[in-house]
Amino acid sequence: MSPIRTALTSALTSEVTGGIGTSPRRPDGNLKVRGEFAYASDLWHEDMVWGATLRSPHPHARIVSVDLTEAIRVPGVRAVLTHEDVPGLNRYGLERKDQPVLAEGVVRYQGEPVALVAADHPETARRAMRRVKVAYEVLEPVVDVETAAGAAPLHPGGNLLRHVPVRRGDQAATAAVVVTGRYEVGMQDQAFLGPESGLAVPAEDGGVDLYVATQWLHVDREQVARALGMPEDKVRLTLSGVGGAFGGREDLSMQVHACLLALRTGRPVKMVYNREESFYGHVHRHPAVLHYEHGADRTGKLSYVKAKIYLDGGAYASSTGAVVANAATLGIGPYEVDNVTVDAWGLYTNNPPCGAMRGFGAVQAAFAYESQMDRLAAELGLHPVELRLRNAMAEGSVMPTGQLVDSAAPVARLLELVRDKPLPPPSGALDLRDMPGGVANTTHGEGVVRGVGYAVGIKNICFSEGYDDYSTARVRLQVVNGEPVAQAHTAACEVGQGLVTVVQQIVRTELGVRRVAILPMDTTIGDGGSTSASRQTYVTGGAVKAACAAVRAELAAMAGTEDLSEVDLAELLGDRVVDRTAEYRHRRTEPIAPVTGQGNAHVQYGFAAHRAVVDVDTELGLVKVVRLDCAQDVGRALNPQAVVGQIQGGSAQGLGLAVMEEIRTSGGRVRNPSFTDYLIPTTLDMPPMGVDVLELADPNAPYGVRGVGEPPTISSTPAIVAAIRAATGLALTRVPVRPEHITGT
Amino acid sequence: MDFLRPDTLAEALALKAEHPDAVPIAGGTDVMVELNFDHRRPAALLDLTRVAELRQWSERAGVVRLGSGVPYARVIDELGGALPGLAAASRTVGSPQIRNRGTVGGNLGAASPAGDAHPVLLTVDAVVEAVSARGTRLIPATEFYLGVKRNALEPDELIAAVLIPRARGPQQFCKVGTRNAMVIAVCSFAIALHPAAARVAAAIGSAAPTPRRASAAEEFLSGELTAADQWRSPRPLPEPVRRRFGELVAEAASPIDDVRGTAAYRGHALAVLARRALGWAWQDYQDHRDRWGGSV
Repeated sequence: MSPIRTALTSALTSEVTGGIGTSPRRPDGNLKVRGEFAYASDLWHEDMVWGATLRSPHPHARIVSVDLTEAIRVPGVRAVLTHEDVPGLNRYGLERKDQPVLAEGVVRYQGEPVALVAADHPETARRAMRRVKVAYEVLEPVVDVETAAGAAPLHPGGNLLRHVPVRRGDQAATAAVVVTGRYEVGMQDQAFLGPESGLAVPAEDGGVDLYVATQWLHVDREQVARALGMPEDKVRLTLSGVGGAFGGREDLSMQVHACLLALRTGRPVKMVYNREESFYGHVHRHPAVLHYEHGADRTGKLSYVKAKIYLDGGAYASSTGAVVANAATLGIGPYEVDNVTVDAWGLYTNNPPCGAMRGFGAVQAAFAYESQMDRLAAELGLHPVELRLRNAMAEGSVMPTGQLVDSAAPVARLLELVRDKPLPPPSGALDLRDMPGGVANTTHGEGVVRGVGYAVGIKNICFSEGYDDYSTARVRLQVVNGEPVAQAHTAACEVGQGLVTVVQQIVRTELGVRRVAILPMDTTIGDGGSTSASRQTYVTGGAVKAACAAVRAELAAMAGTEDLSEVDLAELLGDRVVDRTAEYRHRRTEPIAPVTGQGNAHVQYGFAAHRAVVDVDTELGLVKVVRLDCAQDVGRALNPQAVVGQIQGGSAQGLGLAVMEEIRTSGGRVRNPSFTDYLIPTTLDMPPMGVDVLELADPNAPYGVRGVGEPPTISSTPAIVAAIRAATGLALTRVPVRPEHITGT
Repeated sequence: MDFLRPDTLAEALALKAEHPDAVPIAGGTDVMVELNFDHRRPAALLDLTRVAELRQWSERAGVVRLGSGVPYARVIDELGGALPGLAAASRTVGSPQIRNRGTVGGNLGAASPAGDAHPVLLTVDAVVEAVSARGTRLIPATEFYLGVKRNALEPDELIAAVLIPRARGPQQFCKVGTRNAMVIAVCSFAIALHPAAARVAAAIGSAAPTPRRASAAEEFLSGELTAADQWRSPRPLPEPVRRRFGELVAEAASPIDDVRGTAAYRGHALAVLARRALGWAWQDYQDHRDRWGGSV
């Protein structure tokens, strides 16, 4: 099973210099560039068979009967399973165990898994799957989020998943100037390129080894073990090559399914979704409807903000509760407002399940509050940045939750940085690649109007609301071929973001060694926590730093001195191995008070601002983003190049939501489950970026870091839409903005 | 599924006669998508990639004979001067990887209403050279598209080439998509001026069950140009003429609402594209009448 060894061998052959603050190359970079990196879809095992998933064609239906007879008869079929074959609890979920491993009695979304097939060949598995006869009684789907609470209940306890109110100050505050708006955010997809895949291998002890692309090995294991009815030590997970995640791999997809089939057939079972199945196989970003009212005095100082935010969780809870909490607690943006009335609701519907995606509740709110700030600026005749500066929060500000912002919050400076960047020149000689519509030759300048827009956003970093959020790292030091070599082992998932590089850098800096091998990430070590909430460099970085400190302490004891700078480590170690494991926890947070929304719920806040310059073909409704500049505070850039990469990638994902990315549904059915019709930005859509990175260290965080991955996704979208509004004069209250919204046809 | 791999056109034709339900495959950029999604499961695939004569083009007496297996990338690189409209359409096809594989022959074989080459072929008097073991049949592009993904080929026929006269007047192609590259047409438009014949050809894509000519718009514009003696002494076209032309092009469409765009938007966008493309083509004619030479 050579692919699984890739991480170790590549680490041993990667660059050998580069501590924190520098930008060494990724240990897996050469393999990825050459197309040789083994992703989970490349997993292979002798004697393996292939699994396939039969999914519901209906968004809502009662299962009347399931007949497996014809499927079992197909030559080459090894097993056909339904919910009756789930030995443990047929329910899983990150927050609530509400989602069946295999549908039982009812299906609640289109694409819900109903039965599984294992066969000698993937094609055989798919053919057999089609011979499973499922009789459905189709039910009326609940699809409207604003009325879902009063609709027929889809789960015991009704359709309201969570309500988070935030109340601060005078609830009856009034203002001289009031602007209101209703906004909509469409359902964005993570659109990671590596589809859901993994390989389950039955083990001699009756357990199972699962190699899988995921974001959180330990929580996967907990959920898989419960469904299999096994103790957790019988379920061992190893991370396989992950081709992007962005939140879409926080929930289970094929994990339990492959294990069920492996345990039933006694054979290794591989499952790989194709692109269409992938759209049904993971959660998406919550679509939202947001009602806002902003009141200000004549100088633009905000008096109050009121908001009602409806987030469509779809058929199952996933992480909707936490998304709702983010939307509520971050719902007015990075502004100082004395009087706040925010309510955010997460609802069950029969739309596709929604959960984590980069920005996690902050994205939806930011589109609305930043649109409102522009509206208010227009109402007052103020420059949009000036209005924001007059209300910008800073270190020492108090959030609507009552939480003191106790580290850098350079909102004003970020806005000024993007505002003061030189504007790009007007387009010169005709180059179709610079035009809205690109080489499709739709305009040579006719109808094209330029617009400029600004936005700033706020995101909580790490897990909130009292969650015990920690990571575990083991660092081992020994002499190999006369040179000290460190090995770093965690269960923290590398999903493409570059955690492996940062871990190597930390070890090099802390131990002064050159060679650092990254061991495969697996469940033989303690929990690394989720690769989400922009938290891994902070939390796993903290754990690696702590493990290195323990190793250093041991070395110091061996050397008889705290100062190791003059010590020859190889000589000191000789044949000895120093091996230390450490856990790191960020400071504790508190739950949100249920009625008032008050509490120190968040660990750290991250901020980014964008200025977008767009050219809009106002007759055809096509948009070319000409320039997208960003300023972000990252506390400390452990790897400056990777930081800029995150900012560019996050901004591109925000651009996608602004002008093209949406899973379109009709009556709960997905209309565009393909990369032909779910469009993501190409290199001709994503403009050059000027990026300013501030490093205002957070004294509470390891090295002063501040989470990087999510903030740039948040302000990118509203800045681009603001620029389109500036070019067209249209209200544009929904994202993504489609050509029809601009042309009015 | 059988996979048939002829080395010569003669072999390919024999195999096609023997297996009329075999689906020809060249670049595979369309066929493989259908197979991967299991939308289609033909009894056999007829691989044409080894048939060298399909991957060549030549020019004789002012007519380019474009082998059906010539990829878009070569049309762009080698035929931009002779076939500017087709080269422009080729630039809008997929990604560089797709343009290296995909072929005009494949576009014709699939006959999708959204195929990028079709509107151009309809405006430049292109003729499809269909061959079978029985012989060769020449099918004008205007008679080739019969319905959604249906064309005029007989079951034993293959597309050997497309015959396209070298451009004798300005040509334009434009296409609306909701992304600035690598996108299927929401709608598309092609125009070709034929000064020697004192006529204009215009066609639309992705706005009807088949790509089709916009005949009323063509007749209106050709009439206006002739009446105003514009071919001999070209002058800027009056705005009302360009606008009316756009409206008539839009009226030629019978678009649908789908996930890529609304029918209303398609109609609106076609009118804009047609008005603009006519402007560019006519400006070209005004500026370079000498180059297009020999006009009436």
